[in-house]
Amino acid sequence: MKNPYLPLPMRLVKNFVETEDKLIHTFTLEFLNEGDEKSFQYLPGQFAEVAVFGVGEAPFGIASSPTEPGYLKFSVAKVGVVTTALHQLPEGTILGVRGPLGNSYPIEEFKGKNLVVIGGGFAFTTLRSLITYILHPDHRGDYGELTVIYGARNPGLLLYKDELAEWEKRSDINLVCTIDRPVEGWSGRVGFVPAVTKEVAPSAENAYAVICGPPVMIKFTMPVLEELGFPPERIIMSLENRMKCGIGMCGRCNVGNKYVCKDGPVFTRAQLNQLPNEY
Amino acid sequence: MLLNKDQLINWLNKLMQAYQVFVPVKEGDYFCFKQINSGDQVILYYTNSKVPPKEVLFPRSEKLFYYRCENDGVQLTEQIDESKKIIVGLRPCDAKSLLLLDSVFSSDKYQDPYYLTRRNNTVLVGLGCNQPAATCFCTSLGGGPFATEGLDLLLVDIGDRYVVEVLTERGRELLSGMELPAADQEAQEAARVVKEGASLSSQVNLEGLKSKLDVNFYDPIWDMIHEKCLGCAACTYTCPTCHCFDIVDEAAGNEGCRIRNWDACMFPLFTLHGSGHNPRPTGKERFRQRVMHKFKYFVDNFNAIACVGCGRCIINCPVNLDIREVLAEIQGSEVRSDKQ
Ligand SMILES: Cc1cc2nc3c(=O)[nH]c(=O)nc-3n(C[C@H](O)[C@H](O)[C@H](O)COP(=O)(O)OP(=O)(O)OC[C@H]3O[C@@H](n4cnc5c(N)ncnc54)[C@H](O)[C@@H]3O)c2cc1C
Ligand code: SF4
Ligand code: SF4
Ligand code: FES
Repeated sequence: MKNPYLPLPMRLVKNFVETEDKLIHTFTLEFLNEGDEKSFQYLPGQFAEVAVFGVGEAPFGIASSPTEPGYLKFSVAKVGVVTTALHQLPEGTILGVRGPLGNSYPIEEFKGKNLVVIGGGFAFTTLRSLITYILHPDHRGDYGELTVIYGARNPGLLLYKDELAEWEKRSDINLVCTIDRPVEGWSGRVGFVPAVTKEVAPSAENAYAVICGPPVMIKFTMPVLEELGFPPERIIMSLENRMKCGIGMCGRCNVGNKYVCKDGPVFTRAQLNQLPNEY
Repeated sequence: MLLNKDQLINWLNKLMQAYQVFVPVKEGDYFCFKQINSGDQVILYYTNSKVPPKEVLFPRSEKLFYYRCENDGVQLTEQIDESKKIIVGLRPCDAKSLLLLDSVFSSDKYQDPYYLTRRNNTVLVGLGCNQPAATCFCTSLGGGPFATEGLDLLLVDIGDRYVVEVLTERGRELLSGMELPAADQEAQEAARVVKEGASLSSQVNLEGLKSKLDVNFYDPIWDMIHEKCLGCAACTYTCPTCHCFDIVDEAAGNEGCRIRNWDACMFPLFTLHGSGHNPRPTGKERFRQRVMHKFKYFVDNFNAIACVGCGRCIINCPVNLDIREVLAEIQGSEVRSDKQ
């Protein structure tokens, strides 16, 4: 019997301060044992339980893409016990990782379709995985137009600034970054994600919308997507209920009869409409 | 077959040579299941244990693995209990609850090796209930004071002897070498009388309950039903079907272990997000979750109600919140459709 509670050992090779406020760090982890990387077959949208031995485990969306072999990336906000411990770890520390857990974005269904990816705040992590996956030369041809709308309070809080700059230069992605209020030196858009989505007005025809962000952003972006004509079956969201086991046993993360850890974290808007609003 | 009560202790002593034997024992003023080292520690006159025998298979607290951090790696040592066990004297409702836990701890994708290893190595010897308590309502959930589902042997107390019903091959093996006589007609008749005499004074009506729960998530009835609840979780900690747990680390220097402990949906921190948002912020949502999980979600997922009618949540609630009354109130409420 395979033990789903045993983590794989990984080495922290990079602890990178991602945002200006220093509250988000991006961790790059490498598998320690040969063969583990092979067994860790994941897709964009999945998550893992990351353990600091002696402190505990917490679930994080996988920010790297399966097209980036050799390591996993997680971007973590400092909010509590495990995340604070993580932030303080020196490079070289051995961590434990269980996963990949949960379902993924329906990348097969996305094939041949246009994609509108909307992110707010630091919830951009698994969206990075998705975008990186699609932009990979092996996959780019399978998908149509890619529009990314990504908002943060100010430029310093945007994640993955180097990559954003690279994507900016490419012609096969339409990247729109926005900040809440004007700041000196920012030449991009200003305004909240829902308003910017309305301005950019991506076509809903033959398209899926993937959205991830704080609840208020989602609440106000939803009507915009509906107005643009996205039906609930083609709006994809990702939930973050509190988790422990990640495998549907500890009874913590359910929304109605679904377990976010096992049946999710990715759901369509249509699926969520069938469930109580406990998320 | 027939087992004299004075043979019972010898039998337990014999079983102890090959198994860890768990029986009801008295601790203070209540009963619970403990491993014994001498057959005379058994007490089989209890009505129901305070804590259900699920704790033999799914302990309140258990170490999942030890770890030792080294310079360039970490050594993990699994802690899986492979010892052979017997639980003697558990009630039919508790035996049934284990069948429900089986579906939780074994899904298509994941198996819980801690629970399942113990479960596969454990033989269950039940004890029928001659006098169910006033809080028992097992028959409403498809069980009964002498139900045999999930058991390997069932003991029926007929005074100075037990009629032993052999239910599985594993059960039969436990009796090998005992040379017990077959139950004669007199004993069979006595067992029949005992079974008929075991009447349950309480029932719950489950008809139509599920279809009501399917649509009443936003019903105002939840605002009032939970009102006296203190959120102490005595109901969930003593419920034989509750299985929620937490996972924590305990460390000393560079070694330590990962432990899981029972947890409960009645606690506010159970679902608190790191962002501070809580999807079940008040007692109302938490109480609703408990009822919904047992009587709707579990039915949706496993086609069975996650309650066996043992009555523990009723006996142990400090404010006398009675699940039977809660269900009756829901039954009696108007049918409403969702999200109004
Ligand atoms: C599928 C999924 C993906 C996720 N992806 C990411 C990601 O990519 N990046 C990311 O940063 N986060 C992500 N999260 C959120 C992340 O899991 C949590 O922020 C993390 O678990 C917090 O862990 P912690 O141990 O640091 O916090 P904890 O110490 O457990 O604290 C969590 C919260 O509970 C409160 N709390 C804890 N104990 C108590 C107490 N005794 N009394 C009162 N309050 C208490 C804390 O104040 C805090 O608000 C994700 C979550 C899920 C479910
Ligand atoms: S809900 Fe109450 S009556 Fe039902 S099994 Fe649990 S403790 Fe027993
Ligand atoms: S035992 Fe009673 S008071 Fe305590 S949580 Fe359960 S219902 Fe509420
Ligand atoms: S995290 Fe344990 S059930 Fe989902």
